[in-house]
Amino acid sequence: MEHTAMEITVGELQHLVSQRALEGETMLLNMGPQHPSTHGVLRLLLELDGEIVVNCVPDIGFLHTGIEKNMEVKTYTQALVMTDRMDYLNNLGNNLCYCLAVEKLVELDVPARAQAIRVIMTELQRLASHLVWLATHALDLAAMSVFLYCFREREMILDILEMCSGQRMMTSYIRPGGVWRDVPAEFEDAVRQVLRIMPGRIDEYEHLLTKNPLFMDRTRKIGVISAEDAVRWGLTGPMLRGSGVALDFRKAQPYSGYEQYDFEVPTGTHGDTYDRYLVRMAEMRQSVRIVQQALDRLPSGPFISDNRKFVPPPRSELGHSMEALIHHFKLWTEGFPAPKGAVYVAVESPRGELGCYLEGDGGPKPYRVHFRTPSFAHLQALPVLARRHFVADLVGIIGSADVVLGDADR
Amino acid sequence: MTMATTETSVTALRDKLGDRLQSVEEFRGQTTVVIDRGAIQIACRTLHDDPSLQFDLLAALTAVDYWPQEPRFSVVYQMYSIPRNLFLGLRVPLRSQSPELASVESIYPNANWHEREVFDMFGITFTGHSDLRRILMPADWVGHPLRKDHPLGYEEVQFTFNYDEIDRRKPYAKS
Repeated sequence: MEHTAMEITVGELQHLVSQRALEGETMLLNMGPQHPSTHGVLRLLLELDGEIVVNCVPDIGFLHTGIEKNMEVKTYTQALVMTDRMDYLNNLGNNLCYCLAVEKLVELDVPARAQAIRVIMTELQRLASHLVWLATHALDLAAMSVFLYCFREREMILDILEMCSGQRMMTSYIRPGGVWRDVPAEFEDAVRQVLRIMPGRIDEYEHLLTKNPLFMDRTRKIGVISAEDAVRWGLTGPMLRGSGVALDFRKAQPYSGYEQYDFEVPTGTHGDTYDRYLVRMAEMRQSVRIVQQALDRLPSGPFISDNRKFVPPPRSELGHSMEALIHHFKLWTEGFPAPKGAVYVAVESPRGELGCYLEGDGGPKPYRVHFRTPSFAHLQALPVLARRHFVADLVGIIGSADVVLGDADR
Repeated sequence: MTMATTETSVTALRDKLGDRLQSVEEFRGQTTVVIDRGAIQIACRTLHDDPSLQFDLLAALTAVDYWPQEPRFSVVYQMYSIPRNLFLGLRVPLRSQSPELASVESIYPNANWHEREVFDMFGITFTGHSDLRRILMPADWVGHPLRKDHPLGYEEVQFTFNYDEIDRRKPYAKS
């Protein structure tokens, strides 16, 4: 019986560590996968010279759940729920990315109201995601109270998500063709409440951190990456904008009507952890701005497409319309067919470019779905950011990369 | 509006590759250039280095399995040009006998992990890759999960007493 697990020896990784490690001059240290500041189940093999990181080898896959394989045996509608489970801080953004890909593949139009609701919801989700990032990043750098404040505000946003979708996190609210149901009557007041409170609260966080000498010592000139290197390593989102490249897919390739809203793309100059912090803080203010505009001119009308070949009819029609019953039955048993062909859609998630490669084969199930996730790209660049820093700073660098391991492993 | 600009990229690739450029696919406003296996490095080099093209970001790299058709695999690249705000797809068909392809790590360093993922999930080998190990699956995993002949669940659990017997009738390739 030779079915024992294969052991990976240091010898097999010797091309990844320096010669000094093999001679015992530097130390190899395992960090994670169960470590509070790796933000999930990330394992890092560190090569240390004293306290200095000589190299770091990220090891991912602990949260790999085979989402891409699973989606291939589900209909386009069923596969949607898998997308919630990838980046669990950006569920609505994942829904949106997948739905945009499906809509592009089958050429399905989305009503204006649904587009505005999508924008409001994903921007609220961006705020919630940045709040979790700020909370954990500050906690890693020993600012405990920021953690509590951020989670307090995040709760308000999650209440809104629950109000609309019935779920705090695994929303599945955005559906091909629109959204699952219209926003409830109390939605507007709840969002206005968040909009009223957030700017002051962001000031409060900034008051605690932006000029705080301890925070600045721990973040300035830490994890520096130049604009050229950031592009070479495929960094996107705040990681790239912190280095001064103003790439934002909401501006560059607008989707869901983002071109109607007036907002700025904040950028940094130094490409260090501090600049990335500033960029994300500015982005939170921009998100508030976008939600404000979208809510002020929220159009009336249908919240989902009435194309019955792709969108199930409302419950009320089933009792008296034969066609509605047939469409309902066909959509929930067989699903809708999508043509043969492949599309690639990129959206701006809170972390960066979230891309969905979707290929149809004429049948009701996706032939191949691939998600290009920002956390995967950012983790790959971690060694570039971490080299020649202290182990204690590595914690800040992981925090500033804002990785979600569910997003990286899928 | 973007049509004219992908046109220049396609023309530049056609000049460089000649008949190694197999076809150009247009679907839903997106352009995908299908090229020969041997031309991937020169194509990436052209797209990356040519000052009129400037595809500086390798946005995504993945593969598709068309089993049991031949050529069985397609490796798909999504290039993005930040200065020109333009996407371009590249597709490289591979036959099932020797699914291997040159790595583009030297042009786009972030191809490293994407190629590892394609190797892990599809068993496609990238020659010249600096660190071709599994990335998502455990190191001792048998098979490549995203291949179409890899089963999804409903498998008998293998214990020590029936391991070999079940292993013998497993349907997928044990490579």
